Amino acid sequence: MNGKAKPRWPSWGAVAAWALACLLCLLYVAPVAMLVVGSLKPDARVLVEAGSWRAFWAAGASLANYRDVFARVDLGRFLLNSLFITASVVVLGLVANSLAGYAFARLAWRGRQWLFAGVAALMVLPFEAIAVPLFYGASLLGLRDTYTVQIVPFVANGFAIYLFYSFFLGLPRELEEAARIDGAGTLRTFVTIVAPNARPCFATVAILTFLTQWGSYLWPLLVTAGPRVRPLPVAIAAFYTLPPRQWGDILAFGVVMAAPVVLLFLLFQRAFVRGVATTGLKG
Amino acid sequence: MAAPAVIGLAVFVALPFLAAVVLSFTDERLGSPLATRLVGWEQYRRVLADPLFRRALLNNLYFAAVVVPVQTVAALGLALLLDRRLAGRALFRTLFFLPVVFPMALVAVMWVPIYAPGPDGAMNAMLVTATGGGWSPRDFLHDPAWAMPALMLLSVWQGVGLQMVVLLAGLQAIPGELYEAAAVDGAGPWGRFWHVTLPELRNPLIFVAVVTAILAFRLFDQVRIMTRGGPNGATTTVIFEAVAAAFDRQEVARGAAMTALFFCIVVAITAAQRRLLREREGVG
Repeated sequence: MNGKAKPRWPSWGAVAAWALACLLCLLYVAPVAMLVVGSLKPDARVLVEAGSWRAFWAAGASLANYRDVFARVDLGRFLLNSLFITASVVVLGLVANSLAGYAFARLAWRGRQWLFAGVAALMVLPFEAIAVPLFYGASLLGLRDTYTVQIVPFVANGFAIYLFYSFFLGLPRELEEAARIDGAGTLRTFVTIVAPNARPCFATVAILTFLTQWGSYLWPLLVTAGPRVRPLPVAIAAFYTLPPRQWGDILAFGVVMAAPVVLLFLLFQRAFVRGVATTGLKG
Repeated sequence: MAAPAVIGLAVFVALPFLAAVVLSFTDERLGSPLATRLVGWEQYRRVLADPLFRRALLNNLYFAAVVVPVQTVAALGLALLLDRRLAGRALFRTLFFLPVVFPMALVAVMWVPIYAPGPDGAMNAMLVTATGGGWSPRDFLHDPAWAMPALMLLSVWQGVGLQMVVLLAGLQAIPGELYEAAAVDGAGPWGRFWHVTLPELRNPLIFVAVVTAILAFRLFDQVRIMTRGGPNGATTTVIFEAVAAAFDRQEVARGAAMTALFFCIVVAITAAQRRLLREREGVG
């Protein structure tokens, strides 16, 4: 790879870089194109044509696979399950974690410092480290196969608290002090003054939570036994092993699963990229 | 105000973590009528003596040893490419970032037909074309030597856009004067890359490598969906084994011991990161 010359560069370098970017991009997008094109083809042709240019061309495209997949499994239900679980975790998490972040950043109370140290320490803990005892607890309490068990444990999030905390520390105090002088209480100050000024932070946390929850596979695999409360990632893994293995249907399922998150990404691209770039984390 | 979140963390993160430690010193099985006994280090001894678990550890190391450098260098390359004033740069960035929003379960399923055996499989067909017919098609996901590299490739495909964006932000934060000063000192493009770009990117690069290393040890979704740890343990991982123990065989104590070992690895990686970052502060 060529070194970077910020001020100016010879035009052949720019052309070469552009050609390279195009080539890489084509290779990179190919799997996504195969997903979408395959979902529009008759099942039998998906695998047969995967090794040629026809993998990217659906002659006589139809939505038959989409009809099939909705007829074979309750895809609408899985979609609603995922939407409900994800939306619940995002909304409840934004409320609980922003309040906690604010309390740690701005309020004086006993035990604040050592509790914050605790929150920061828990941030290193990946979910996998606690999945087994959580699964054990959920089994003992008979909470498997519920929405509750997929939502409640994921509302409080140390990393989200930390992001809010850092953001609130950076806000000028004068805003809040003015509100205080006008007689507003802590909660009122938070809702009317602080939160509206923290929109970028709310967006970042919402996006990271959404991506994590929408893609979550391990936990729902452990706690959902049947299709009733099953979210999309577990459902597609089960559908993919369901005989007869019809690749058109499976890929149509995949498109339905990707559509909401891709749509959100295209609409809020800047917030996605900024959120992920500043934190570098997902999942 | 902090109460709901702090209580949530205590109940659903701190408590389970302590429970995991306690559980790992017992012989608890879900649904077993026998009374639970404390067995000391017995679970750890058994887990570490289990050839499949050792294989899992090695597989995670293999995955990390390949994916961390490959993905970091690929992300750096893409970031350098997109840091130029390229026509359509925003579109390129969007497309390279797109797989990041795909759930891993979907990525795993959609890559199965890509790895289809025989000359019709997309990967096989591409390699046959690229080698001018020199490649003999194989069944990637059922080939002991190729199953792991197959998982690595799709993982990099899904993850590299994320790292690219982090490094791109790092590149754009480098002050232009540094490059100008280097140019005045007579540094060419390579010189500027080695003496300005890389040192300035040190922290983002360490960060990206550490995040990728931790992800390598969390490897699970792709394995469970695509290969089930096979063929013959070739793609099994620590978390795959933990789930197989705790969930498939109801041996929760054994699973807890495995995830406790996993946690120690993550702590070690995080500690290494802290050290690397501190060294920098000491020097600079």
